[in-house]
Formats: sequence, C-alpha cells, structure tokens
Amino acid sequence: MFFYYLQLAVRSFRRNRVLTVLMVLTLGLGIGASITTLTVLKLLSGDPLPTRSARLFTPVINPWAADSEGAVEQMPRWWGDMMSYTDAMSLLHARKAKRQAVTTLTKARIAPTKPGTYPFFGGGVLTTPDFFAMFDVPFAYGGGWSAQDGENRARVVVISSALNNRLFAGRDSVGKMLRVNDHEYRIIGVLKPWAPQPRFYALNFGDTYGDGDAVYLPLQSARANHMLPTNYSCWGPANTAHMETSPCAWVNLWVEFEHAADARAYKQFLKHYVQQQMALGRLHQPRVWLYSLTGFLDREQVVPSDLRLQTNLAFGFLLICIVNTVGLLLAKCLWRSREIGVRRAMGAMRRMIFAQYMVESAIVGITGGVLGLVFAELGLLAIRHQPASYAHLAHLDPSMFAATFAVALVASLIAGLLPAWRACVVVPAPQLKSI
Amino acid sequence: MDILPILASLRRHKVTALLLILQIALTCAIVCNAVFLISQRLHRMQLPSGMAEHELVQIRLGSVGDGSDAKSQTQADVAALQRIPGVQQVAVVNQLPFTEGDASNGDLKLKPGQQTSTLTVAQYFGQNVVSTMGLHLLAGRNFQPEEYVDLDTALASLNNGSAQGFPQTVIITKGLAERLWPGEEALGKTFYLGGDIPFRVIGVVADLARPNQFYNGIENSILWPMRLTFAEGGSYLIRCAPGARRAVLKAGLAKLKELDPGRVVLEKRTYDDARSAFFAHDSAMSDMLLSVIIALLLVTGLGIVGLASFWVGQRRRQIGVRRALGATRGDILRYFQIENFLIVGFGIVLGMAMAYGLSLLLMQHYALPRLPFGYLPLGALALWLLGQCAVLAPALRAAAVPPVVATRTV
Repeated sequence: MFFYYLQLAVRSFRRNRVLTVLMVLTLGLGIGASITTLTVLKLLSGDPLPTRSARLFTPVINPWAADSEGAVEQMPRWWGDMMSYTDAMSLLHARKAKRQAVTTLTKARIAPTKPGTYPFFGGGVLTTPDFFAMFDVPFAYGGGWSAQDGENRARVVVISSALNNRLFAGRDSVGKMLRVNDHEYRIIGVLKPWAPQPRFYALNFGDTYGDGDAVYLPLQSARANHMLPTNYSCWGPANTAHMETSPCAWVNLWVEFEHAADARAYKQFLKHYVQQQMALGRLHQPRVWLYSLTGFLDREQVVPSDLRLQTNLAFGFLLICIVNTVGLLLAKCLWRSREIGVRRAMGAMRRMIFAQYMVESAIVGITGGVLGLVFAELGLLAIRHQPASYAHLAHLDPSMFAATFAVALVASLIAGLLPAWRACVVVPAPQLKSI
Repeated sequence: MDILPILASLRRHKVTALLLILQIALTCAIVCNAVFLISQRLHRMQLPSGMAEHELVQIRLGSVGDGSDAKSQTQADVAALQRIPGVQQVAVVNQLPFTEGDASNGDLKLKPGQQTSTLTVAQYFGQNVVSTMGLHLLAGRNFQPEEYVDLDTALASLNNGSAQGFPQTVIITKGLAERLWPGEEALGKTFYLGGDIPFRVIGVVADLARPNQFYNGIENSILWPMRLTFAEGGSYLIRCAPGARRAVLKAGLAKLKELDPGRVVLEKRTYDDARSAFFAHDSAMSDMLLSVIIALLLVTGLGIVGLASFWVGQRRRQIGVRRALGATRGDILRYFQIENFLIVGFGIVLGMAMAYGLSLLLMQHYALPRLPFGYLPLGALALWLLGQCAVLAPALRAAAVPPVVATRTV
C-alpha cells in the first residue's frame, strides 16, 4: 500500500512541478536556517564539563561597595564577579570543599629558545594545584604541581599539547625549560588537547571560546615574576606591582563538592566568612552568591543575545515556511478533488486517502530536509566567516544531522495534516457529477 | 469594480485565503521588526568618534623585559615615526574610541567625599593626543608641555597616598560638560576622580567617544596630560593623509622592527579597520537580518504566485463565463489584482498587531526600544507592492482565458 502511495505522490509531483519545487525549496530554506542557528546555539550553550559540572561551583561576593548603590545601578556587576586575592586565598585555605582552585588569566609572552624565532603571546592560566584534578584535565606527560611548589614560588609550568607540538614537535618535553615573560620555567607536565567550550574558568578574562590556553603556571610563582591578570576591577588606587594587597578583584575561586547537595553548607560557610570580614571592616556588603557551573554561564550571559535573537528569527522564518507549505499543499489537494472523488467511489476508505496525502507531505518534508541540510552547511560556512571567537567551531554534528530530519519530518507532517484532512472529507458524489 | 463579489468568492476559499493572510501577517510582523533592528545597528555603526578617523594609523607593541628603558625607547620610537615621510603627527595614547579590550574608566564625583559617584567616565591620556586625534577644541586650550606628568610617577605618588604627582588639569567633551553642569560654563570648574583627586577643566572638545561600555552615554570622556610608554599599554597613533595610511603603516612597522627586532606587534591597523572590527558584530547582524528579510519576502511572494495560479486554474470556467457575458480582459486582470490587494490588506492589519506584539516581546528580552509607528505603513506598502508583483503573472494568465472556455465542460 505504501509503495502505491509513493507512486501516486511521485505522479502528483510530476503534474505540478513548479508547485512542488516551491514547497521543497521553502521548507528547505526554513529548516536550513533553523538548524544553522540551533547548531551554533548548542555549541555556545553546551556544558563544558558534562561529567563534573553538577558538582562544580563558584562563589561570588561583593568585594567592597559600602556606598556603591548608585554605582551598582549604573554599572551592573562592576567587579565582574571576580574576587580579591585576599578573599580567594582565605577561602582556598579554609578547604571547606573537596577541591578548590583560584584561577586568573594572563597574556604570557613565550620565547622559544631556537635562534631565529620570535616570541609570541599565548593564554597563561595562573592557578593553584587542584585545578587539574578538579576540572579533569588530561595529562599526556608528567603532572601538575603541589601546594608546596606554589608557596615556594617554584618556576614550574604545565604546557598545552598545541604548544608542545609547536615547540617540541609533540615529544615528551618534561624537564625542558621554557622562557615565559623572560623567566625560565621548568616544564613538569604536558596536557592532552584540552579546550572546554566555553572557557568557563576565565570568563571575564578574554575570549569565551577558543582553542585553549598555552601555559598553566602556579599563581604565586607567576605573580612573583610580575605577570598581570588580563582583567582587574579596582575600587581604590591600584598598585600593579602588589596586586595581592591592592583594592582590586582579579581572580575567580572554583570549588568542587563530593555531592551537589554540599553547596548549601558551603553557602552558609561563605555567609559566615563575609560577616566575619564585615566585623573586621574589610567587607561591607553581606550578600553572597554560589553559582553552579552552568548557573554561572547563564549569569555571565555566555550565549550572546544576538544569537538568541537569530535563533528566534530562524524559527519565525520556519513557521512562515510551514504556513506557506500548508497553503500550497492544500491548493494542490483541492485541485485534485475529482481524483479523490474517483478513488473514494472506487472503494478507497477515508483513512487511505488520509494516509496517501500524509505520505505525500512526508516526501516533501524529507526532500526539504535534504535540501535543508545543504542550506545548513552553507549557513554554517557563512557563520565560520563571522567575526566571533566561536566562529571556527561551528560544524554540523551527527545529533544535529538527525535533528534536521526530525524537524523536517515533523514540520512537513504538521503542514500535511490540514490538506490530508480536507482531502479525506471530500464527498465523492458531487465530484463525480461534473465529469 | 465591486468588492462584494470578490469577498463572496473569497469566502468559498476560506482556508487557503486564511492561510495566505496568516503568512502575510507573520511576514509583515517579522519584516517590520527586522528593518527596525537593522536601523538600530546602522545607527550604532555611525556613531561619531570625534577623531579625524580616516587619517589615523595605530601600532601597539607588547612590552619587552622589565620596562626600565621603556621611556627612552618610546621617545626614540616616536622620533623615528615622526621622520617617516607623510607623517603629520604622532601620539602615544592609552586607548581609542570604539575598540574592544580593557578600557580605563573612573567614577567621577562633583564634590569631594560624595557618597555615590555621579557617573563613569573613560579616561584618555598620553602624549600629543588632542592634536593627533584631530579633536575639535570648542573652548579653552590644549595642554601645555609643563602640565604633563609621567604615568609611573603619578601612580607611584598615588600609591604613597598623595595626589601631588597626578595631573591637575583635564579636557572634557561638550556632552560631558552639559551633563555635569547643564547650562553653565564648564571651563574652570572642578570635579573629583579616583578617591578625591581634584581636576580643573581647562578645555572642552566637541566629541570623543568612549572605547566601549556605552550604558551611560558614549560621550563621557576626559583627557589627562599624562605621558605613558608603549610598555604601559600605550599605542602609537600616527596621523597622515588618508591615501598614505598603508604606506605609513608599513614604513612605521619596518622602522620599529629596525629599532628592536625582538618586539611583539600586538596591533597594526588603520583606525578605519579598528572601527569596523569593533562594529563587525553589528554589521554581520544587519547582513543576517537583511538576508532574512529577502528570504521571507521571496518565500511569501512565491507563495502568493503559487496560490494565485491555483485559483486562476480553478476558476477557468468562471472566468470564461464572465468573459462570455461581456467582461473585458482588464476586468478579469483587475479582479485578481483587487482580490490580492484585499488579502494582503487583511494580512497587513493582522500583521501590524503582530508586529507590535513582537516588538513588545523583543523589548522584554533584548532591551530594545519600541518599534516606531512609522515602520508599519512602510511594511504595509512593501507587502502590497510584493503582492501586486506576485499576482501579476497569474492574473495576466487569467485575463488571457478565452470566452469559449465557458462552453466547454472541463
């Protein structure tokens, strides 16, 4: 029966070529636009660490702002959700969570030792030992550093796989020296490729998406060599030589709990800490926040609002395309009232007519889906040429590939419902009379 | 021609007509809002910076070593750049209007000890900035050489708890002057920044936009007489004739590499490039919106062609009868044109309500202003035009139906 319907559908397409092409093209355009924007949206709103994110949290406190009500209104989140060194280190040393790490980002000037090569800049993560275990960072060679190394300002560095490929042709470079900001650092670890999207651990310090950072340095060692964070927010005169004691926020604190439920107790601890510091006169605002990883991404509005607008626009476009297809399918089916009348008179049941028309719209949908896939690839090609840090990451993945066909099929079946219904309620007698 | 028979015949195609009306309404709603969004972006992209934009070239170098000889190096660089043929002026400046990245901002207060800051201003400083940027001085004067202080001295004195090493004077924009002291003469007035350091206004320039962060006005900028080095984040800003920019940029880079081959060039561009990079997102977004508008109009136009063709085909006999009874070709043509005009008209009425609703939704989620009413008649006109163009071919085909069709059964 299905093959018969298929045959009928193909015959009907042949009869109205222009109309058919129009429907498929319209549906394809709508599906292509929606899938393009959905792919980018999925890329940007993805979970950077799916296995860990539920247990990872970042606390935020208002580092100063006794009289900043006006300023807060004027400049929301004026401290960029960063923390001062003093607060972050106190909370780090309190060890109230399973693991904790302080992070910030610097522009590291990396100088290859090979003659004839020029120095270049790369992302430098300044952090504390738990960083690697906490974020499940994979090592190819060697490992991270200890808390003792940090305290001793040891000049050790963990490098990315990309940097290792560039400087050491991908060989085990543990023990070799690397010049960072004109200081010699000993390589103690080499990572496997690691670039979580978005780069959640340095959200306020530069590009949100990218190919990952080049070097990872102990925070205290790097600071001893005067490496500066790429972003800091100050509420008084800052002395960049002594960022640790300046009235500035320039680090993030990340904590990992055994269970997500431990967050409640941690927030209590955080409140106590702030109250204690307020009593000492160091802090002035009692409010504290504890964001889960994904909650933090939402708060920092990682997904650009332009993109959400584009996605909504694409779906509006798809809606119009579906309405258009419904109209055209309906026109086609009314055109064939007589044929339906004949089929009904010869014994076809209503549900058969219904099925026949649904098969026809499904074929339109699947063809539209294939075309939509082509349009989506073209759309993503265009996205890759857009000026955004995530642009080059935009590729169609298998799940989106499947989603394309799901969207196409559902869209076309919805579009086919009304015409198929109208077709199966056609009363045969009047149609036959006019012959 | 009478409208009533057309309406009566439309009632017989209720569902298809309603679908077409719905499609036109949705198109109208989205197109009106998309055009408005584009106009918003274009407005943003045309904001004035206040500088002689087409005559500027920027080179920024990364800091090398500990920066102890940065001052003499900066001086040598500036002198070398000035000797390049075609170069009119060279400045060292901490930031430029409409550029991404860290910007120097400060909380400004009108009285010392004021609890809440009045507003946030962008702080520009560097050597020879006003004349190189080509800022238009409206009142007062430019900085005198003896007013300049070094950035590191100023910061060091600040770290020692004294504001003595800081500049005492400031040049502000006209927009900022009007916000701080509406209707009053700004020259000679004093405001406070960075704690309670006083600054006296000695000059007012027409415009100088902030680097980024426009939430409380793009015109809130101030200029300090303060020298900085390339190692402290200063950019070399070179002014030359518009046609000479590429050559000057090339020569400048060669000269700087010659002075020290080991340096890292962080930025090398004309200001026009810097500006278009800053607004690249807006330009990409308006391109995208424009393609959506075109695609929408295309889809809707083709939809009208498809349905109109269907209707014409379905009514061949009816047309034949009318022709046989004396209707001219013009009558038939006009019939389909008026029918389309009515359908699009219904769509537009519904579409305007939808456009307004969509605008409210956008205001809620994307902090956009409300759709001005002027866009609605524009959208209506565009859709009517589209409808008439789309229906023309099917209507002409209808007009060509010979009266003899009336006598045939099929």
